[in-house]
Amino acid sequence: MSILVKEDTRILVQGITGDFGARHARLSLDYGSQVVAGVTPGKGGQVFEHAGKKVPIFNTVAEAAKQTGATVSAIFVPPPFAADAILECFDADLDLAVAITEGIPVRDMVRAKRAMAGRRTRLIGPNCPGIVTPGRGDKSSGGCRIGIAPGYIHLRGNVGVVSRSGTLTYEAVWQLTCRGKGQSTCVGIGGDPVNGTSHLDVIKLLNDDPETDAIIMIGEIGGNAEVEAARWIKAHCKKPVAGFIAGATAPAGRRMGHAGAVIGGAEDTAAAKIKIFEECGISVAATPSDMADALLRIWKG
Amino acid sequence: MNIHEYQAKELFAQFGVAVPKGVAVTSAAEFDDALAKIDTSGGIMVKSQIHAGGRGKGTFTDGFKGGVKFSPTKEKALENAKAMLGNTLVTAQTGDAGRKVQTIYFTEAANLGKRPDGRDDEYYLAILLDRATSFPVIVASTEGGMEIEHVAHHTPEKIFKVQVDPAVGLQAFQARQIAFSLGFSGDLFKQCVTLVTKLYQFYWEKDCAMVEVNPLLVTKEGKLLALDAKVSFDDNALFRHPDVVALRDLNEEDAKEIEASKFGLSYIALDGNIACLVNGAGLAMSTMDIIQHFGGSPANFLDVGGGATKDQVTAAFKIILGDANVKGILVNIFGGIMDCNVIATGIIEAVKETGLKLPLVVRLEGNNVEAGKATLAASGLTIVSGDSMADAAQKIVKLVNAK
Repeated sequence: MSILVKEDTRILVQGITGDFGARHARLSLDYGSQVVAGVTPGKGGQVFEHAGKKVPIFNTVAEAAKQTGATVSAIFVPPPFAADAILECFDADLDLAVAITEGIPVRDMVRAKRAMAGRRTRLIGPNCPGIVTPGRGDKSSGGCRIGIAPGYIHLRGNVGVVSRSGTLTYEAVWQLTCRGKGQSTCVGIGGDPVNGTSHLDVIKLLNDDPETDAIIMIGEIGGNAEVEAARWIKAHCKKPVAGFIAGATAPAGRRMGHAGAVIGGAEDTAAAKIKIFEECGISVAATPSDMADALLRIWKG
Repeated sequence: MNIHEYQAKELFAQFGVAVPKGVAVTSAAEFDDALAKIDTSGGIMVKSQIHAGGRGKGTFTDGFKGGVKFSPTKEKALENAKAMLGNTLVTAQTGDAGRKVQTIYFTEAANLGKRPDGRDDEYYLAILLDRATSFPVIVASTEGGMEIEHVAHHTPEKIFKVQVDPAVGLQAFQARQIAFSLGFSGDLFKQCVTLVTKLYQFYWEKDCAMVEVNPLLVTKEGKLLALDAKVSFDDNALFRHPDVVALRDLNEEDAKEIEASKFGLSYIALDGNIACLVNGAGLAMSTMDIIQHFGGSPANFLDVGGGATKDQVTAAFKIILGDANVKGILVNIFGGIMDCNVIATGIIEAVKETGLKLPLVVRLEGNNVEAGKATLAASGLTIVSGDSMADAAQKIVKLVNAK
């Protein structure tokens, strides 16, 4: 098993005819992922071709899902139109919408997240690297790659990884792979203040996944999502967890609003989050080079 | 994006939020005209316009005290304005360098002060995103005129919050809850409901990141006014607000950060001596952390985004080298998709183009990394290769500390 997506998950790509979407659709096809449809309004009926594979393009998400059996969307739509693309996934009752787009207005995401309540579709992101469930082929090929992560750095195995940051996720994954420790599923939940799925949501899924034996959770300054997850881990998680928090040297006040401190409280800083991680029994990596080793100190694999 | 107080109040007025009448000017030649446009009979507030808080308690670099001054007469207002304009104001939020005051805002000060019944007349109101719920939240307090963090710490019971459901927007009962929580009744209650409603409308329609009114004030005549205004906007939404973009004041922004943004680089200056150049925000932040962990001090945050082209690296080196404190550079690139050899070639060209003489440690990882490292080694330049983030950080710290 794995979480959220499996090797045979059927993927549609919204924005497949744009440069960014096309590039990563090709990389996912190369990795062996089941990219079965593209969606670009007005280009329905065209075909996206790569390496002998033909991917039909549809005008709407609902039509693409109905015709191809796609259950998950990778969203590469430009920021002004991205929230609309997300809402279209909810309307089509997809299992999962993964929004890669960076720079979506906060107000659009506030509305989209509100509209998600009561719908069956889960949203990952936005402003995220996506999800990878590694395959069992050469350099993990044959897996499900949704988004922009490099596929080849993965190895199929039993560690779940959740992070806000793309490159820090790759760093952790590569450290694991170099030590012969594979991953069950790696989820980038995105760096925006409003996102569809939290650290805690992913931790709960990994905790319930029989294939996942251990977890790496990567966070950063701002908000209290990591703290919320850490407290739940202490109370409920059955599996060993290692963690890292980025931003110990970030200047205070650069991104936090004046009154934001009232809402966030004193648990916003890296030092505060690290302290709570330790109190919750999470093995904390002292540096980003130490993420895999921090896990291996408490889990022999 | 931040704007000045006078700009925020002009927007407030457009949305029907009551503010004291005022005029902003940028030269001393305009002072007389400006003062002629407002009622000066009850005194004038003279307010330095900079993008930083703590102006009233700030001190100018020439020793003049106070960036915001009540002036009982026109003559005193002129004197204060002349002392402030062109002068550099240092506040708790500006850092030691301070900010040059390039705009003066004169506002009417009639009827300010305690109410006849002696009740405290300053309140606090803010609207921002509550990250925990992803709903906008209105924060109100009877403790206006002081730092809200201070109130939150010492008297949290005096802070009242209302979450606004974005599906239906601010409801009348919620505006009433705010007005009741502040203890208003009668006409002031009605004024407060109106003000909160219009302020929320402004926050939502203009894609604000935060709106803060501190203090919200009751005049001796019983009028509720936004005496100060602090507004910031969501950068991601600026594309749909050209009127807001027009309010941007580049004088208030770091020249290097503006230059960086032209090349798609995200740069923030810090006060250390080891510069870093990284792809990805999370990796960039943690590269700063690991430099500090091994005894160094990071000079900046610099994220080149998903790629790292020769032009970007060259621009980044130029910006980094513009900081005289920098004694060494750490490049940390996880080239997941990009070819590390292409990145290495770009780094070499950037070093040659900028004539870089400082110690440079490069840590490359990812796609085609062996070829990238070989290219760096064969360049004939004194580029030190790091095998991991930890290895690279230790090497640059050692090189810089040895100097």
